[in-house]
Amino acid sequence: MKVLENLKYTKEHEWLKVEGNTATFGITDYAQNMLGGIVYVELPDEDDELEKGENFAVIESVKAATDIIAPVDGTVLEVNEDLDDSPENMNEDAFGAWMVKIELSDASQLDEFMDAEAYKVFCEKEE
Amino acid sequence: MSLKHTPIYEAHMSAKGQMVDFAGYELPIQYIGITEEHEAVRNKVGLFDVSHMGEVEVKGPQALDFVQNLVSNNVKKLVDNQVLYTVMCYENGTVVDDLLVYRFTNDYFYLVINAANVDKDYEWMTKQAENFDVDLSNISNQVAQLALQGPLAQEVLQEMVDFNLSEIEFFHCKRNGKINGVEALISRTGYTGEDGFEIYLDNKDAINIWNQLVDKGVQPIGLGARDTLRFEACLPLYGHEISDQINPLEAGLSMFVKLDNDDFIGKEALVEIKAQGTKRKLVGLEISKGIAREGYEVIADDQVIGHITTGYKSPTVGKSIALALIDKSYGEMGNDVLVQVRKKQIPATIISKRFYKKNYKK
Repeated sequence: MKVLENLKYTKEHEWLKVEGNTATFGITDYAQNMLGGIVYVELPDEDDELEKGENFAVIESVKAATDIIAPVDGTVLEVNEDLDDSPENMNEDAFGAWMVKIELSDASQLDEFMDAEAYKVFCEKEE
Repeated sequence: MSLKHTPIYEAHMSAKGQMVDFAGYELPIQYIGITEEHEAVRNKVGLFDVSHMGEVEVKGPQALDFVQNLVSNNVKKLVDNQVLYTVMCYENGTVVDDLLVYRFTNDYFYLVINAANVDKDYEWMTKQAENFDVDLSNISNQVAQLALQGPLAQEVLQEMVDFNLSEIEFFHCKRNGKINGVEALISRTGYTGEDGFEIYLDNKDAINIWNQLVDKGVQPIGLGARDTLRFEACLPLYGHEISDQINPLEAGLSMFVKLDNDDFIGKEALVEIKAQGTKRKLVGLEISKGIAREGYEVIADDQVIGHITTGYKSPTVGKSIALALIDKSYGEMGNDVLVQVRKKQIPATIISKRFYKKNYKK
């Protein structure tokens, strides 16, 4: 299982790459492996307001649809439109196939997330 | 309630199958991935543990009459060692279960039913048997079943048997066949749209035969691909395309319902339904975006006209397709409808539900 340094991780197996007041968001290698073949991704629109804890995207694998919950409050700056045509990129390169870029409303919400070391330990416990 | 295990359980665990609860059994949904397993069956061969399926023996002088009364298809046309797909209906014409009927002799039949329905079916059969001179026996817990499916199924199994598998025609069976010395009932039947065999074994022999097939390089297949394969071939699944709320005529199963033949339970109701015209129809849909899952509403003229029964991004066809049970007046091929996918209404078109051309050896 691949875990990258310098990212923040959620307990829902998502990663955030924080640069200034923006965060790039995706799911981890562990998550894509659990989901299996991803066949469709439903993303929000640019400028959509995100509310921490609310569904904002859906990942469809062959067997089921999985809701993706917003990890922070913010505004959608950009969505990865490549995923419309190539959702399988999320299986092939989970850390490359980002889903959205978010302008953060409250950077202090990032404090609760794990670093790479803590996330590795977290995944081992999930096994 | 603890989940039951099939005789293949240990092999599923060592092959790292992702286990789920299915009809009270702990069974693998997948081993290496649904899409990969799906393609293995379409292009080569795959092995399914379907030991959870139920088996009921019917013996006695009136076995033929009993089974003919129980199910909708023409049982009397069967010869010894022939197999028939059919449904059994309630008096009102809705479906108790779909099943395979094996005729061994005219006083010995073997019925194969869905795992989730075994108790309900056996109770129903026992009640219907009151006026017939027959003995019923639910042997579900003594019988293991493996399905070997795919274009290479015959080639692989041929190496393990001492008779010519070509002798077993489509929807026929061989009793007391020997697979490397192990006694088995082998039929050329399946639930994938490919050529292949269903193999019934004594519980104690099943893992041995499973392991021998896997050692030959046959890919084990989980329940996930079992569903995508049967769906592409438009083979119904109880609780989805047929149920106690759906009759076989609206589910598109008329060819398995012989209304001009002997009487059977539900026939009267179905004759009436046919005369009045069915109100709903099972159709194929191609969805423009996203995936239409079971239960999603189908909409036209601003009203709900039906629901999705099964839907996937089809691994073989590559498109997002679904089966839907809708108001018949909207059911014409080429019609445009909408599918409610979460908050959005997604355009869809009615297409033939023969998504995949079955590849049977007939």
